[in-house]
Amino acid sequence: MTSTAITAGSEPVFHLEEEHAHAEGGSTMLGFWLYLMSDCLIFAMLFAAFGVLGGNYAAGPAPKDLFDLGLVAVNTTMLLLSSITYGFAMLTMDKGRVGATQGWLAVTMLFGLAFLSIELYEFAHMIHEGATPQRSAFLSSFFTLVGTHGLHVTFGIVWMLTLMVQVARYGLIKANRRRLMCLSMFWHFLDIVWIGVFTFVYLMGMLR
Amino acid sequence: MPESLTKFIFGRLTLESLPLHEPIVVVTFIVVALGGLAVLGAITYFRLWGYLWREWFTSVDHKKIGIMYMALGLLMLLRGFSDAIMMRLQQAIAFNGSEGYLNAHHYDQIFTAHGVIMIFFVAMPFVTGLMNFVVPLQIGARDVSFPFLNNFSFWMTVGGAILVMASLFVGEFARTGWLAYPPLSGINYSPDVGVDYYIWALQVAGVGTTLSGINLICTIIKMRAPGMTMMRMPVFTWTSLCTNVLIVASFPVLTAVLTLLALDRYVGTNFFTNDFGGNPMMYVNLIWIWGHPEVYILILPLFGVFSEVTSTFSGKRLFGYTSMVYATIVITILSYLVWLHHFFTMGSGASVNSFFGITTMIISIPTGAKIFNWLFTMYRGRIRFELPMMWTVAFMLTFVVGGMTGVLLAVPPADFVLHNSLFLIAHFHNVIIGGVLFGLFAGIAYWWPKAFGFKLDPFWGKVSFWCWVLGFWFAFMPLYILGLMGVTRRMRVFDDPSLQIWFVIAAFGAVLIACGIAAFLVQIFVSIRKRAELVDVTGDPWDGRTLEWSTSSPPPAYNFAFTPIIRDNDAWWDMKKAGYRRPLSGFRPIHMPKNTGTGVILAAFSVALGFGLIWYIWWLAALSFVCLIATAIGHTFNYHRDFDIPASEVAQTEEARTTLLVAEGVRA
Repeated sequence: MTSTAITAGSEPVFHLEEEHAHAEGGSTMLGFWLYLMSDCLIFAMLFAAFGVLGGNYAAGPAPKDLFDLGLVAVNTTMLLLSSITYGFAMLTMDKGRVGATQGWLAVTMLFGLAFLSIELYEFAHMIHEGATPQRSAFLSSFFTLVGTHGLHVTFGIVWMLTLMVQVARYGLIKANRRRLMCLSMFWHFLDIVWIGVFTFVYLMGMLR
Repeated sequence: MPESLTKFIFGRLTLESLPLHEPIVVVTFIVVALGGLAVLGAITYFRLWGYLWREWFTSVDHKKIGIMYMALGLLMLLRGFSDAIMMRLQQAIAFNGSEGYLNAHHYDQIFTAHGVIMIFFVAMPFVTGLMNFVVPLQIGARDVSFPFLNNFSFWMTVGGAILVMASLFVGEFARTGWLAYPPLSGINYSPDVGVDYYIWALQVAGVGTTLSGINLICTIIKMRAPGMTMMRMPVFTWTSLCTNVLIVASFPVLTAVLTLLALDRYVGTNFFTNDFGGNPMMYVNLIWIWGHPEVYILILPLFGVFSEVTSTFSGKRLFGYTSMVYATIVITILSYLVWLHHFFTMGSGASVNSFFGITTMIISIPTGAKIFNWLFTMYRGRIRFELPMMWTVAFMLTFVVGGMTGVLLAVPPADFVLHNSLFLIAHFHNVIIGGVLFGLFAGIAYWWPKAFGFKLDPFWGKVSFWCWVLGFWFAFMPLYILGLMGVTRRMRVFDDPSLQIWFVIAAFGAVLIACGIAAFLVQIFVSIRKRAELVDVTGDPWDGRTLEWSTSSPPPAYNFAFTPIIRDNDAWWDMKKAGYRRPLSGFRPIHMPKNTGTGVILAAFSVALGFGLIWYIWWLAALSFVCLIATAIGHTFNYHRDFDIPASEVAQTEEARTTLLVAEGVRA
């Protein structure tokens, strides 16, 4: 379209005569990607802090004394399953099935809540044993990294709830589909970050 | 009232928190309060609140937001410069046993506030404002990608500025230096509110900066007019793109590191403490991983300004466009590989220091290439020494010196001697004033007529120019000498009387700069008074080359009645040469975003949240956080954010311009 406009005829053409109203939300996906990358950088800093301070136990408890890999494995499963179910929500959204989309979102939210509950249980348990964020630099960076991820999941759940209300109210309109797509990227992003946490914090922590 | 209740309501805010014992602060407060009341009174008297709220505060128009950013930058410049001249005066008189007129407690806050304000609330708003105003016009767009986000970003920046200003009169500011290194900034050594003001002001403003970075990247990537390939983008747009990439890739680091510092202070974690395995040097590393890209965030857009100005006022296509673009990209990448040069003295060893020393020196190559490109653009050009061009030439002469002292500091052994000395202070003021500020003045003089439809008065501009340029040289050359003699930064009193003369010269320079700022304000005032005389009807007062000069001055809300098609990187020049004629009919409705007050409200809650956290007023923090989230969610329930400007209104606006052009005898 553009090239024909430029070369059409001998008279140069300097402007579009006919303009398709510029697609609303055309930049949203790119913008949200950029936001995710900036968020990723925050996690990168927290990982770096854990990398530097993760071995500084200050004569306090070490990963081996604290981590229950079985529990963390269950927790990881919850989050991974929630990603799959969110995927199902997106598939049903593409087919325009409001009820099924809402259903899968609800399932995703339950998995998310399960993940958070297990994480909070783990935190409470550690704090109960005296492994508080104040105890050592290792624990400071552990709680901050894992806790920041948990906060993101919490925020994702609030967002999901909001979107479910909006879908219920306005249906799977274009704007809502776009929002669900953004949340989808956010949710999978948190999954990927968690895989990093699981590997670097828990698994490699046990090897330390 | 029982003490526990007072404590619950006010946190640690007490009457003693008001600095009534500091006469200087009290006088400042009275002056600011009277000035503020006068402004507020005038706005009320002339019934401007409704106008300001509807047309400006809630506006999502990138041009208005850009202008508001500039106004914020200018206002904060006055504050930041007051700090500067107070320091210069203190250092000029604190000799021979004199304590000067500032006590240590106050002086330490002043040098911290000066740095924080000048970088975050002067340079950043100026640069963001310029990009906001110019970029969409240069790429033939009607607005940015996310107009509401743009408004919100601006108000978050204002929110940060409000917190910094509040610290002057309620409590105190940090006494740590502008980067607040721990353990000094930790809770043990800075138990008062100063560092908390610092943290939350920067966090609030940082959200705005990051979001505006994302916004402008999307705008440049997605909203260019048809035909404008990446390599046909004006250089200012290119440098803006790189700057915003830097913003998005570095401000999260600042957010993260300040969060960790806040956790240390509020929760008692041990990231940067001396005990329990904390590591203060990690803070220094992390903050400079943000901090070095930050200086390029500041200078790159101005490199773009100089490119536009040089080619416009030399009447020539920019020399070496492609090399200019690649130099910008190389600087963008290299700026991430040099952070350690800010603390060679950390003791990371010869290999690490050599690596960072060499990467630092390599940056001078693309920068040097740019200088040569500008010189070659001027070579055999028909140069018009209008104000923007004068600033550009002054920049080249000044900045080269700053660049060379930078290379000098990049040599680790030399840095061991000069680290934290006044030589360093002279160096970075040399590049920030000589580069960023001169560039901003060039940019303001260049695009002012586009924003307001009349030129700035050249006489007062020249007065300001000479005061600034001479003032800079008087103020900072002595600091190079003092630095070489080993005088360290942030000193309040001096023992060696032989140093005094240099500080007196520097203070004289600061006074000249004060005259420069005054002349700049007079220039704006005089220009507004004489706007009929200085008016520009054509929209193209400088015989410009890029797209922003093709529309009227000030541009209509929709910028361009028809989306332009671009065939060349000097798009408007090409259009003029090819016999472009303004379309006079066939207008269509234009789709535009609606104004919204949500940005202001969200930023207000953020300020309240920050204030609550600073003063341990937990109910206020919790309440404003809940309100913040609720407002944000509420906003997402508004699905009707756009409207159409009817074709008849577009036709009317364009008709009015045609009439004006005909009356002026310009070809419509």
